[in-house]
Amino acid sequence: MSAVLEVKNLHIAFGGVKAVDGLSFDVHAKQIVAVIGPNGAGKTSAFNCITGFYKPTAGEVLLKGAAITGKRPADIAAAGVSRTFQNLRLFPDLTVLDNVRAGMHLYGGQNWADAIFHTPRFKRSEAAYTEEAHRWLDFVGYTGPRGVPIRNLAYGQQKQVEIARALARKSDLLLLDEPAAGLNYSEKQRLLELCHRIRNLGTAIVLIEHDMGLVMEVSERIVVMNFGREIAEGTPAEVKANPAVIEAYLGRDEDGEVQSHGDA
Amino acid sequence: MSENVDTTLAPKKIRPPSGRVSRLFESKWLGWVALAIAVAAPFVNATPYALNIMTTAAIFVLLASGLNIVVGYCGLLDLGYIAFMAVGAYTSGIVAKAFDLPLLFTIPVVLVMTVLAGLIIGAPTLRLRSDYLAIVTLGFGEITRITANNLAITGGPSGIFGIPGILKIGDFDFQQPAVFYYVTILVVAGFVLAAARLGKSRLGRAWRFVREDEDAAEAMGIHTYKVKLLAYTFGAIWGGFGGVLFAGHLSAVAPTSFVFLQSALVLMAVVLGGMGNMRGVVIGALVISLLPELLRDLAEYRYLAFGVLLIVVMLFRPQGFWPARGYEPERKPAEEREAVAVAGEQR
Repeated sequence: MSAVLEVKNLHIAFGGVKAVDGLSFDVHAKQIVAVIGPNGAGKTSAFNCITGFYKPTAGEVLLKGAAITGKRPADIAAAGVSRTFQNLRLFPDLTVLDNVRAGMHLYGGQNWADAIFHTPRFKRSEAAYTEEAHRWLDFVGYTGPRGVPIRNLAYGQQKQVEIARALARKSDLLLLDEPAAGLNYSEKQRLLELCHRIRNLGTAIVLIEHDMGLVMEVSERIVVMNFGREIAEGTPAEVKANPAVIEAYLGRDEDGEVQSHGDA
Repeated sequence: MSENVDTTLAPKKIRPPSGRVSRLFESKWLGWVALAIAVAAPFVNATPYALNIMTTAAIFVLLASGLNIVVGYCGLLDLGYIAFMAVGAYTSGIVAKAFDLPLLFTIPVVLVMTVLAGLIIGAPTLRLRSDYLAIVTLGFGEITRITANNLAITGGPSGIFGIPGILKIGDFDFQQPAVFYYVTILVVAGFVLAAARLGKSRLGRAWRFVREDEDAAEAMGIHTYKVKLLAYTFGAIWGGFGGVLFAGHLSAVAPTSFVFLQSALVLMAVVLGGMGNMRGVVIGALVISLLPELLRDLAEYRYLAFGVLLIVVMLFRPQGFWPARGYEPERKPAEEREAVAVAGEQR
């Protein structure tokens, strides 16, 4: 099986700080990969390099075998990468439906002349946009109002809409940056189930997450980062047993022994 | 935009506006009502003075609707918008005079020149964000005026005069004040409608996405630079046509018409009316252009009264008379949709 995403020896530095320092990992089709690590380990920086918001200082990012390193975020999105942000980045004054329509920008179907003259093509494509937006909102299990500005909604609902927007992009690869942050237990359970349904659509998922229960349950492979480097990679069971991971999360005892207890 | 959605600004009500007045204002017939009023106005008062004021106001509405694309939809603060009107007015004036053409036939040249002006001014500046963009556009506005003031082809400080009328067929001259007024109304109505429709399309949404959060828009595959350049170009075309009408109306163009105050007034119309809402902007433009005339009785105090009025409006309606509201109809309940689908199948 060919890899959807290949990250090879990725580096980025801000001044003297090496935020990502030689990260490599692959993601295959229909795979859920989690990237974990302590705060400041470089997870979000790595995401920003992959999606083009940062220009990596060295290394390569391949999407379905084609290099996307250092391209413009819009071009990378067009190539088939979609993402959510660590802190919500929605369009606060626009309606829920409009927010989801943002993910459909690349569908096209109309140009400015169609819009000015309200051609049948315009009406068809607008109807299709709306229907598709409703479909994705249904898909993520969103039940709130859809015609109101998104700033009025609860946090959990906003998170759902952000995922719906990213899904509407119909990308091969979905990057989720802390999708479970701030969600309660039942919302997390629904997120877990949603991840599996997204995977069944044929989309590969890479997620950054701090909730270890969720990570262990949802992901097939885990990449553990610390100080910009990958310190472990493997199945949840392998990672859980890895001494380097336990050290990164729990530290060492004073006498230098790695702690053996506790849930990493 | 801050990273998080700021809920402190959230209005208390999340229902769509339900009052009778609000519903009336949201009605799609409102545009036709406005057009009917504009068409009927000369039957009430057709003195040359009134026609002159109304034509000027209509041109001002066109400018405001153009700037609304740039500032209201796309969120790009443009302090030199009047430069595009200058480009349109000078181009049509110079070409019409040089070839002794009616103004109507200068439109293709004006179109090319304004699009070029939009690209030339937009391409380098649109890489900048917010405050920097505002300062640079301010500079470009002044550069355009000063250039016109110093070039021989634009007639220097005295400008160009004796510009031919818009069109003459046989004995019928479209330049008569009443006819020119109706031509202006027709053109302006078309452009306002086009701008409003653009705002509700895929491109209009892309502009709003860029306004709300540029990075998130980019992550969704929207090439923000191209989209901003398009907003700028459309704004330039609207301004250029305003210039053509302006040149036709006065049959003279001079640099003093394109001072910074004019840019500021158009921007004020957009902000006062309600950024991003074409209906509000039309009302804002009418207020800004007509109010000084209505306050003429106050003689030298009229601009003071004008200023006080603006401050009062800003205090009580900080988002403008009629701000853009993000509301759209909810989906029909599932049972209803299924009923429709079943009915469709049976047919």
